[in-house]
Amino acid sequence: MQDKKKSWISVRDVVAIGIGTAVFFVLMRFVAIPTPVANTTINLAEPWLALIGAIFGPIVGLFVGFIGHALNDTVAGWGVWWTWVFADGVLGLLLGLAKRYLKLDTETLTSKKLWFFNIWQVIANVIAWFVIAPLGDIVVYRQPAAKVFLQGFWAGIGNMVGIAIVGSILLVAYSRTRTRTGSLKSEK
Amino acid sequence: MADNSFSLAYKNRGTWLDRCSGASKLLGFVLLSGIAMIVLDTRFLIFLVILSLILLKISRVKMSEVAALMKLVLVFMAINLVMIYVLAPNYGSQIYQSKDILLGSGYFALTQQELLYLVNIGLEYIVAVPLALIFLLTTNPSEFAASLNRIGIPYKISYSVSLALRYIPDVTREYHQISLSQQAKGNEISKKAPFFKRLKGASAILVPLLLSSIDRIESVSQAMELRRFGAKKRRSWYFSEKLKALDWAVLSFVLLIVIFGFILIIVNGGRFWNPFH
Repeated sequence: MQDKKKSWISVRDVVAIGIGTAVFFVLMRFVAIPTPVANTTINLAEPWLALIGAIFGPIVGLFVGFIGHALNDTVAGWGVWWTWVFADGVLGLLLGLAKRYLKLDTETLTSKKLWFFNIWQVIANVIAWFVIAPLGDIVVYRQPAAKVFLQGFWAGIGNMVGIAIVGSILLVAYSRTRTRTGSLKSEK
Repeated sequence: MADNSFSLAYKNRGTWLDRCSGASKLLGFVLLSGIAMIVLDTRFLIFLVILSLILLKISRVKMSEVAALMKLVLVFMAINLVMIYVLAPNYGSQIYQSKDILLGSGYFALTQQELLYLVNIGLEYIVAVPLALIFLLTTNPSEFAASLNRIGIPYKISYSVSLALRYIPDVTREYHQISLSQQAKGNEISKKAPFFKRLKGASAILVPLLLSSIDRIESVSQAMELRRFGAKKRRSWYFSEKLKALDWAVLSFVLLIVIFGFILIIVNGGRFWNPFH
């Protein structure tokens, strides 16, 4: 018989993690936008992570970031860099926490909410790339602080810009396709 | 998976590594790369590199299959090592608490300690690569989810991973189609367009991809719900295999190496091996 107790993860979440990870992987591997600064690219996987988190919540965000990054690292060949994989998972988790406030499925995305989302994503990126990833590299891989903080800052700022522009556009586009509660009125 | 998203494809090459179950290879890969991450003893790392190269040889993976990737790894490693040296040329002597200058003078003088530290980091990069390749190239992707479940990951998460592997080729194809049609409409994301136009072009590609993926999530999850996915606490796998004697042999060998690694930490009195005392 089916368990009466609600599972910690719904079937919809399982599928969202699976397909979300597939899209994350493809974006991370094939799609990078060159920036004006030489040899740096903006990664489109992170705006996607922001959107998936905002729609499906922290658990899905956590696993999409973690599994997607780990799969990409395995195939990319430099060996799985666990501290950064973990940091991407945490970023997904934090971005997913915005779901409760944004309520994309039922409410209109006001500009106030969009501001909140952007401030929150900056905080989340700071935690993931300025704190967790470099500290992890120092503790686990014993790399020098100057190098890992430089790498972390670089990645973090790229992600912030990417999410601020592309992520916001995605949120608006998604929100427009949803039906609001109370959008139907009975005719008199 | 004969698809361009994986230039590296699984193929049965008929060695004992192919006969080994996915679960024991996954566990072996995770444990060995994990212990290489923790124990920074140069001798131990050299041993692991040699071991993983021998395994790669045994697996009958052709050099032509992995050569491009190997080059990429070496470039990536070189960039990282140069970056470490430029930003922290004295980190090695900090760790080993001594300083013997090899050549040069001043701030950027190359010390023996820094050199040994860089060798450690370089070996650390190299160890994981042959192991990951062996795992990737000798494990059937369909068996992967079953292996994850066997080593204790909840089956719903394992199933998500297999869904991801299943949908990567589809999403890749869809991305290429959307990207081509957007380029036909004049949305460019390469260097030819100015930066903000690139970002706008990227969004124009992402929005259709996003909406179709969300639709796909809805329809697949409804189909799975109708077949009562997740109704029970356990699940059986078409591809799961019982562990054979071979698997136990592999696992005990891996465990032996891990234990040896921990003994080294105790003997060395820390994660680094310090020959400069």
